[in-house]
Amino acid sequence: MTIEVKNLVKKFGSFAALDGVDLKVDNGELLALLGPSGSGKTTLLRIIAGLDWPDSGEVSFNGEDALAQGARERHVGFVFQHYALFRHMTVFENVAFGLRVQPRAVRKDEAAIRARVKELLDLVQLDWLADRYPSQLSGGQRQRIALARALAIEPRILLLDEPFGALDAKVRKELRRWLRSLHHEINVTSIFVTHDQEEALEVANRVVVMDKGRIEQIGSPDDVYETPASAFVHGFIGESIELPVQVEGGVIRLGDRPLRLAADGLAPGASKLFVRRHDMLVGPPGSGAFEGAVQHVRNFGPVQRAEVALSGGETIEIDAPRDKELRAGDTIGLNPRRYRIFAG
Amino acid sequence: MTMQIADSVSLSAPDAKARAKARAHAAAAQDNLRTEPRAVRITIIALAMIFLSVFVVLPLVVVFAQAFSKGILAYLSALAEPEALAAIKLTLIVAAISVGLNLVFGLVAAWAIAKFDFAGKTFLITLIDLPFSVSPVISGLVFVLLFGAQGYFGSWLRDHDIQILFAVPGIALATTFVTFPFVARALIPLMQEQGTQEEEAAVSLGASGLQTFFRVTLPNIKWGVLYGVLLCNARAMGEFGAVSVVSGHIRGETNTMPLLVEILYNEYQFVAAFAIASLLAMLALITLIAKTVLERHLDEGHDASDH
Repeated sequence: MTIEVKNLVKKFGSFAALDGVDLKVDNGELLALLGPSGSGKTTLLRIIAGLDWPDSGEVSFNGEDALAQGARERHVGFVFQHYALFRHMTVFENVAFGLRVQPRAVRKDEAAIRARVKELLDLVQLDWLADRYPSQLSGGQRQRIALARALAIEPRILLLDEPFGALDAKVRKELRRWLRSLHHEINVTSIFVTHDQEEALEVANRVVVMDKGRIEQIGSPDDVYETPASAFVHGFIGESIELPVQVEGGVIRLGDRPLRLAADGLAPGASKLFVRRHDMLVGPPGSGAFEGAVQHVRNFGPVQRAEVALSGGETIEIDAPRDKELRAGDTIGLNPRRYRIFAG
Repeated sequence: MTMQIADSVSLSAPDAKARAKARAHAAAAQDNLRTEPRAVRITIIALAMIFLSVFVVLPLVVVFAQAFSKGILAYLSALAEPEALAAIKLTLIVAAISVGLNLVFGLVAAWAIAKFDFAGKTFLITLIDLPFSVSPVISGLVFVLLFGAQGYFGSWLRDHDIQILFAVPGIALATTFVTFPFVARALIPLMQEQGTQEEEAAVSLGASGLQTFFRVTLPNIKWGVLYGVLLCNARAMGEFGAVSVVSGHIRGETNTMPLLVEILYNEYQFVAAFAIASLLAMLALITLIAKTVLERHLDEGHDASDH
């Protein structure tokens, strides 16, 4: 099932939750919508599910207009952030719900429903919990039951809203791996919403980075990490050093200090220079694009994190390997292995 | 400085024992979160007990004492009077109508308020409480003004030969109005807390509106519904003011139990009056017990939703 979204706009009062969003999702993809809270990612997911309606724009599944159908007709599996399991039903009945409410003409008989629910509980490896109530389950178990329930209707599309948001770190990591292998197994077009970049980069085939109701970048996890398309994406994904610089006459300046960096093809004016913390290579004074004095050093496992006061007036944090020991008071040269400059 | 000296000096064996005791005492007091002196505590508790005994328990005892003052046979024959039976029957009919109507209205109102956002929502919430803040007599008078011979619809009703005032419809209407808030008030906070996610999940799984209501919404609020119905029923059976205005006090026809109690009492038929009153008192006691049981279930519902 392919999904196509065209020029979607949704306003809540004067706040634009979605401000002209275009997106194409291919059949069998596992796509992540990544962005800070308020970026519109959940709104987009709910509109695709039919739980919310856009002010304007189009949504189509396999080329047919999805907005002409209600949530009930769309056959979309939705996993809610807080699971929304039916609290008065057992795990078994929760999973069976979608099968039991089907129109009588197509409804399976009781034996077939039982077999299907058993199959799904096996799939999420929780068949032994069939008679429990949701309140008796752990967060991770609830999450998997919510997924089994959504899969029961054999959805054309699977949508997950912050699927791991409410879980603790260890369970989250396990479930991520599990979700990826599950997707591999059932291969249904899936979109999940997350504000956690690590989650998006680790699980998804493709990542959509959103901010303020707009899509900032669409690309593979490598693309969005290695070649961020905008200042926002660079700042949001990975740990970045952000420096305000001036471009004029082919020279990049930090404060009043010219940097030994190529300024080819850059528009003149105020800009932002982004470097990953670990891409700042430490050398002897006078050797690099930047000069600075080390203020503090802390050790984090394989790296040492140093706070460096740059000549030019900014203080940055860099991650350097442990082989060359840095000390507070050292004067060092810094050379960015890779960097990007965005106008503005 | 002097404190420190005193401290170090008092560390002889007997003193240490006394201090340990004092500490244990202080710790116990802390545990119970009681800091008032014993005398104050006892006084406060005693005041509360005396007040409750005089104003709640004593009247209840008096009702039953008076009802049985001429023996159980007099009590039973008072209840078997045609007038008494008619009043009991009318009360049950009126309660059934108004509880039924308020169950539907209350569910609809609570549903609208808890699940949708719309203009005038706050106003609606305030309006639901109106019957609680208006004197029941006024509520009754409103219906007299609407449906009475001189009222807005009076002549139309007379032309079409429809009797509302001084008949069952009027009594049921007044009772319904007075008891309207109970079901809605029991359900609004419960439904607001539960939110709409389970309904959304049901719809996305292919459930129709009715299936969602009967399979998801209703089971989640059933204890709240019962709680509201219970209180609504208790008030409907006991309502005096509003019903008194619209009933016309036609003996054997438009007297509910509370109205009959007053009439019998005014006619010095104490045993009969208190016999009917004892039935209302028993209703109150049963309501109280049922309410306690339901509240326990409601708490469980809240706990279960705590994820």
